[in-house]
Amino acid sequence: MTAPVASTAPPPSAASGSLLSKLEIDVRMLGMLAALAVIWIGFDILSGGVFLTPRNLWNLSVQTASVAIMATGMVLVIVTRNIDLSVGAILGVVGMIIGVAQVQWLPAYLGLEHWLTAPLAVLIALVVGGSIGLFQGWLIAYLGIPSFIVTLGGLLVWRGAAWWVTTGQTIAPMDTRFKAFGGGVEGALGATATWVIAAIACGGIIVALGLARRRRLSFGFPVRPGWADAVIAAVACIAVLGAAAIANSYPLPAGTARRWAEANGIVWPEGGLFIPHGVALPVLIAVVVGLAMTFIATRRRFGRYVFAIGGNPEAAELSGINTRWTLMKVFGLMGLLCGISACISTARLNAATNAAGTLDELYVIASAVIGGTSLAGGIGTIAGAMLGALVMQSLQSGMVLLGVDTPLQNIVVGAVLVLAVWVDSLYRRRIK
Amino acid sequence: MPTNETAPLVEMRNISIAFGGIKAVDGVSVDLRPGEVVGLLGHNGAGKSTLIKILSGAYKPDAGEIYVNGEHADISTPRDAKRYGIETIYQTLALADNIDAAGNIFLGREVLTSYGTLDDATMESETRKVMARLNPHFRRFKEPVKALSGGQRQSVAIARAIYFNARVLIMDEPTAALGPAETQQVADLVLQLKKEGIGIFLISHDIHDVFGLADRVSVMKNGKLVGSANVQDVTQDEVLGMIILGKCPPGATPGPGAS
Repeated sequence: MTAPVASTAPPPSAASGSLLSKLEIDVRMLGMLAALAVIWIGFDILSGGVFLTPRNLWNLSVQTASVAIMATGMVLVIVTRNIDLSVGAILGVVGMIIGVAQVQWLPAYLGLEHWLTAPLAVLIALVVGGSIGLFQGWLIAYLGIPSFIVTLGGLLVWRGAAWWVTTGQTIAPMDTRFKAFGGGVEGALGATATWVIAAIACGGIIVALGLARRRRLSFGFPVRPGWADAVIAAVACIAVLGAAAIANSYPLPAGTARRWAEANGIVWPEGGLFIPHGVALPVLIAVVVGLAMTFIATRRRFGRYVFAIGGNPEAAELSGINTRWTLMKVFGLMGLLCGISACISTARLNAATNAAGTLDELYVIASAVIGGTSLAGGIGTIAGAMLGALVMQSLQSGMVLLGVDTPLQNIVVGAVLVLAVWVDSLYRRRIK
Repeated sequence: MPTNETAPLVEMRNISIAFGGIKAVDGVSVDLRPGEVVGLLGHNGAGKSTLIKILSGAYKPDAGEIYVNGEHADISTPRDAKRYGIETIYQTLALADNIDAAGNIFLGREVLTSYGTLDDATMESETRKVMARLNPHFRRFKEPVKALSGGQRQSVAIARAIYFNARVLIMDEPTAALGPAETQQVADLVLQLKKEGIGIFLISHDIHDVFGLADRVSVMKNGKLVGSANVQDVTQDEVLGMIILGKCPPGATPGPGAS
């Protein structure tokens, strides 16, 4: 274009607006955090102070990890106006395959408890999960079969396949190193590592905020006021350090601590030893997956295409986006995440059963939807879905603590799902 | 530019496409020279939009050829068309409603940083520049285009088409959803782009619009070309006769669809 280009107008000052708009905080996300706080405090009061203990919160975090990881992928699937009903079944079949792999196949070549067993098992999980996902994605994107049907079929096929691997036999126990993926004592990273990770996270938050600010300033775009950025950084760092402190105030059980002390040549003192758990490996994996998926969804071209397809599939096609290949990759990614979750839940159970992951598809979809993913497509965040998974798991754990019967638990979770979506739709209508 | 007398910017020869046995476009030939505005006229369902979607790569023709600058062009996807500098503003605008203006303008052609991530700051900066020219009052750079007014959405769609140095611009009913002031803006833009040597296919069912802006008109009826004419050589009534009755007046070159 040779036409004269007017210089950019001076950036409008961000002085006007409420406190929340100055902080550019997602009000919806804040609402979810408030709901979570209500649930946590409510259960704490009802359970006589058992819910908000380091021990319960630590267990809660480990229990949430598997569903939270799959929910990050489900966000992208639902954003493209599709659904994946097969994630629980994929988790089941992948869990069986890696169970057999580390108990029967790999020991045949490597011997039992070889250091390579765990990495190979994880690799197999990723390859099998990803391949199943890509295959289903191919059926959906290139053959044009509706995702509801393909993954409904997948739910039956992969669940059946999970049974077929060992004709229904449960495989146990898992490789010792592999068990770390399930959390528990083997998967607790300890106090020092936890503080180091928390410090790195805080540094990362500050650097990321600073870089984003500098970049916008260099283009002369409006930025948040400096104090707002400082408040955001402070709140985020306090949250990270607080979580680390909680994880570090849950000690190993006396028996385990004693074995650990003996193994490390430490004399067992009279009053016992306070050895903190620290953050659990599956939780760390979930956080890393969440960050990676957020990066993919918001910073990568692929993520932009995923959202464009959800917003207007025809427009995406006309823009020259290879919508079919993008869609196939979305399902491949979903399968890959099922593979990661399969490692976590198999390791946590210390056994591979063909029923692993049953009903997980519904919890995963519910987490994404409670987390603000619109079933109409085009809208959703990774962080929201993970928070949704935490809300669901908090409800369930809390009811278990209170001794609520399982059927009643299901009734409550189902009702909360419907309620949450209704409240969300009211909120969306108001901001329109 | 004397060489262009021999080689049109774009030439579509004997294009045909059928959907389920119905010939939506049947042996149509149209051409476009640099700095020329050609109005494509016809009733709803005459095949204008289908013809143009073939040029923009959305549909693949069953028969016929496309030439760009006299050379045979192989256009089978929207990306191919864009490579030849053919940009389209669709009647539906074809915007992803959940993405902001910059995201839409650069959709499919994102600017990346050296790390391979989306360079949102550069894209926003470029968007601010191009929007300052098209629609100086535009301020809502950070909002999804769903939140924008019809005219603002239109300017985003136009910005997407002209930002990447289009040589051929296809405008499918560009003013259908606009008020009088915005319609005038689009008209001014067409004249400005014409001055820059861009060839424009203007599709419209509003004959007044077309007569004000176009150098030539081509009229389609039932998928066939009724005829083409310079706007000076025909009256509006004669062109209406072409659209409604398929009757080719003496001032026009008749096509296969003339009755």
